Amino acid sequence: MKKGNVSILEHESVPIHEIITNEDLNALLNKYKIRKEQLPKIKSTDPVIKEINAELGDVVEVRRSSRTAGTALSYRLVIK
Amino acid sequence: MRTKRIQGLKFGLLSPKEIRKMSAAKVITADTYGEDGFPIELGLVNQRLGVIDPGLRCKTCGGRMGECPGHFGHIELAAPVMHIGYVKLIYKMLSATCRKCGKVLLEEEDRQHFLYEIGQQRERQADVGEVVKLIFKEAAKKDVCMHCGESFSVDAEDLSESLKNEEISNELKKRLEEQGYSLTKTAHIKRSLDDKCIFDWREVPGNDSELLRSYLIDDFGFTWVKNAEFSKTQKDKRLTFSVDKHVVEITLSAKRDKISIEFEDGRTYEQPVKKTAGKLNVHNYKWTITDEEKIYLLRRKGLELTVYCGERKRQIKYDKPTTYKEIDEDGKERRLMPTDVRERLERIPDEDLAILGMDAKSARPEWMVLTVLPVPPVTARPSITLESGQRSEDDVTHKLVDIIRINQRFMENRDAGAPQLIIEDLWELLQYHISTYFDNDIAGVPPARHRSGRPLKTMAQRLKGKEGRFRGSLSGKRVNFSARTVISPDPDIDIGEVGVPEEIAKELTITVNVTERNLKLLSETMGRGGKHPGANYVRRADGKKVKVTDINYEALSEELGVGWKVERHLVDGDIVLFNRQPSLHRLSIMAHYVRVMPGKTFRLNPSVCPPYNADYDGDEMNMHVLQTEEARAEAKILMAVQRNIISPRFGRPIIGGIHDHITGIFLLTRGVKKFEKEAVLDLLDNVDIDDLGEPAGTFISSTYEKVPYWTNKQIYSMILPDDLNLNFRGKVCEKCIEKGLTCEKENCPHEAYVLIRNGKLISGVIDEAAVGSFKGLIIDRIFRHYGEVASKEFINNTSRLAINAILRSGFSFGISDEDIPLEGKDQIREDAVHEAEKKVDALIMAYEAEELEALPGRTLEESLELLIMQSLGSARDDAGDIAERYLGIENPGVLMAKSGARGSLLNLTQMTACVGQQSVRGERISRGYQKRTLPHFKPDDRSADARGFVRASFKDGLSPTEYFFHAVGGREALVDTAVRTSQSGYFQRRLINALQDLEVKYDGTVRETRDTVVQFKYGEDGVDPSKSEGGKVVDIDKIIRAEVGVEVST
Repeated sequence: MKKGNVSILEHESVPIHEIITNEDLNALLNKYKIRKEQLPKIKSTDPVIKEINAELGDVVEVRRSSRTAGTALSYRLVIK
Repeated sequence: MRTKRIQGLKFGLLSPKEIRKMSAAKVITADTYGEDGFPIELGLVNQRLGVIDPGLRCKTCGGRMGECPGHFGHIELAAPVMHIGYVKLIYKMLSATCRKCGKVLLEEEDRQHFLYEIGQQRERQADVGEVVKLIFKEAAKKDVCMHCGESFSVDAEDLSESLKNEEISNELKKRLEEQGYSLTKTAHIKRSLDDKCIFDWREVPGNDSELLRSYLIDDFGFTWVKNAEFSKTQKDKRLTFSVDKHVVEITLSAKRDKISIEFEDGRTYEQPVKKTAGKLNVHNYKWTITDEEKIYLLRRKGLELTVYCGERKRQIKYDKPTTYKEIDEDGKERRLMPTDVRERLERIPDEDLAILGMDAKSARPEWMVLTVLPVPPVTARPSITLESGQRSEDDVTHKLVDIIRINQRFMENRDAGAPQLIIEDLWELLQYHISTYFDNDIAGVPPARHRSGRPLKTMAQRLKGKEGRFRGSLSGKRVNFSARTVISPDPDIDIGEVGVPEEIAKELTITVNVTERNLKLLSETMGRGGKHPGANYVRRADGKKVKVTDINYEALSEELGVGWKVERHLVDGDIVLFNRQPSLHRLSIMAHYVRVMPGKTFRLNPSVCPPYNADYDGDEMNMHVLQTEEARAEAKILMAVQRNIISPRFGRPIIGGIHDHITGIFLLTRGVKKFEKEAVLDLLDNVDIDDLGEPAGTFISSTYEKVPYWTNKQIYSMILPDDLNLNFRGKVCEKCIEKGLTCEKENCPHEAYVLIRNGKLISGVIDEAAVGSFKGLIIDRIFRHYGEVASKEFINNTSRLAINAILRSGFSFGISDEDIPLEGKDQIREDAVHEAEKKVDALIMAYEAEELEALPGRTLEESLELLIMQSLGSARDDAGDIAERYLGIENPGVLMAKSGARGSLLNLTQMTACVGQQSVRGERISRGYQKRTLPHFKPDDRSADARGFVRASFKDGLSPTEYFFHAVGGREALVDTAVRTSQSGYFQRRLINALQDLEVKYDGTVRETRDTVVQFKYGEDGVDPSKSEGGKVVDIDKIIRAEVGVEVST
């Protein structure tokens, strides 16, 4: 983050992104019986991804507020 | 059924060789049929290209019409012609390759890099288009070929030692000669800038640029070139400057705290940068060595200087639609004829095609320039015989005739040695015909026309657009077992039924397998022959199909046995799909049960109009007869009307009472009414009730006898489930709570508080909120608690009871129902309209006297308009209130509006009291003449009637000026709806195309066809809206009610 600028993570319309651990990832993949590639994707050039220092191949958990469900979870694979 | 997955699709070009190989005949003659009426040999309707006439046999495969699929032919073109579909690609390929050796103009390093990129994309199954686009762009930038001629590198490290330009030149020359490269004495080395040299960096303090200038001039002894700019552009905080051509490179240090400028003599200049600098563009420069006629280009990469001695590229210019020109060093243009283009494309080596995204095996670029033209089989362009016996050829055949004609002429002229000019003209003409043969809608090319002036439908036109092959013939097509006719109402049939005209029932059939169990029944069916519940065809056990006729039906009926199949007529109880376009949601197609009826229209219960958005002003609907058991089962379980009472759009019933149903039930349940037994039975006619229960008491009837009676509320309760408990406020509720008053509940003077206890209607009147479509609270409750069948029956019963009730009392709305007494008229004129007009005049006076105060954030004029609009708006409302008072609840119009059956109080107000202000774009009408709307008014008249206020009611009739203003406002509404429908139609199409392959899987995830997850939980909450409480997951009140056992007041 550049000095003096506000972190985008603090912005209200940027949902919370967190890199998930390997165990969590495996649990997730088992739950839905999918491969990592079948997850939704996010580009490594995405500002949020840069900000939380996620790397290629990481999976991030996105926690966003939802009109229907209160909060909704989504998982996205970081790609090039 | 298992779906197979397409592993890949490969698109390629037809090679001339392939075209000839698949050709069954070479077409030479432009004619089609001879005088004898038979196809001409070697002609376009060649008998070897397939047969379209019954009785003839194909000369290629021997098949008859219908058996022979048709065969391609070919035309040998006298000269190569561009394929119009590939002109852009051809241009890009010409620009990206060497004119001499044909190789792609990329240095080996870049080539490898791009090859890797393409490989990566392919592996990811992603589009290589973007990479290829970049390659074309990169290659087109180059100005000399790095592949042909010699090229070698010189170590340039110590070159920077020398100072002056000349010295570098000499040194370079020396090095070149050392490398064995001979240069003549006149050879000179020149360095020039390709582009204007521009550097940007942000937030450099202003005086630094001056500092830089002084450094450059004073310390380094550079001369300032006149047109060199060194200025600061304020606009985007960018310092942009260009200096003379002596600057070699400007770089930004890693820490980003200083910039350094490296000069040709090796000296560097450093400039500290206080704030963060933006990117710096390193300028493009080129060195050229001119030696007699040859020109070499040098490129510097790091410390290495590479000399390219290859062919220089010439700029290619593409003139739409099919001409290419080459610009030489002197700026002269030379046209590249298709032959030249083809030669150049031929030179591109196979290995190089891979990085241009092509596969040499299936698509050589020279195949984009046609030398042979395939002729599609006649079966793909059948001619039709008109009634007069004249043959009319397909447009494609017409176009092929043109092509062959010009082709022949071209050959004749060329063989006769005609002048170049004529040849070129004919070539151009051939190009035109072949271009329009592929696409008759090319920008800048006049479309080829039929003799009648109609543009021809050629290849692209057959495929493109709504009626094209894809959207018109593959995504959607005409189907069998379907019928279409006008719909009309029949409140006596079930909501799940559809009345089918006998004529249609006799045409549409269902195939039944004959078994021992249905043999007798089907035999009887057969025995009726063509009469209604009969059959049209039978298929014997051996598979032979026999038409049932008046002659053979009795015999067939006798003969009928197990293993046969009977195509029987549609009968009562068959399940069919019923549909009304536009099919905007899934409720636009529902399954109905057939009721065969006399007449020519489909009969539909008015209660099912809302999901289809149908009415009976001439609407037509389609019916599809299901042909397999699976389809019928699926339709019954998923698509039946009763399954779809709750709309998936908003989670409330979409099917319910409409119009007269509401009026009828409202009239019946309002107040306390007593009915003797006969009347009760009358009301319950056709309603599924078999026990009247105990009467409420006895009363003296019209015949002065003491008889038992039932109350209206009791009668209504009969159709409610016995243990139903429900309370809510109906449509007629005056919203006392919102007004700060207390709700009197059961004692509500409007009977708005509906209370149902143990299936008994205790208080309240039944209106739209209770049983109407889109709201239907009772229906909603019954659906959730008692299921589909119960709610379907409830809707049926409600509508029948309502109709019986309205038939008893009678109901009409006439012109006299819009009358209000003179007293009321006066009151409207004085209290509402005049008052408002006075207020408006006062506002205008205040404005003109400059005493009016502006509203926050508005100009004075805006404030005035707003205030005027406000007071005129309330004028209409006041007028409406007065009118409503005088009309009274018993007025049929008011009754319909209040119960929610049809219309609104606004409609009534406009009819009886005052039409009100007309508007365009939400403002009063202000345009027309200069400073006035109509010549009837004085300029700048801002009064109510000069700006479109209609004080009259529709009943009174509008004055000429009022009529005009009303038309102005009406036009806007009309245009708006026209625009909206087309826009939302297209938006719908785009949404459907984007979402059609998404599927909610059993684990609740939404996935697309490759099984990648799109949403982890459908709608994020995993709720099916058609199973939800009006879109919400739970209805807390309802749960509390169920637990506590009492109604919770809300």
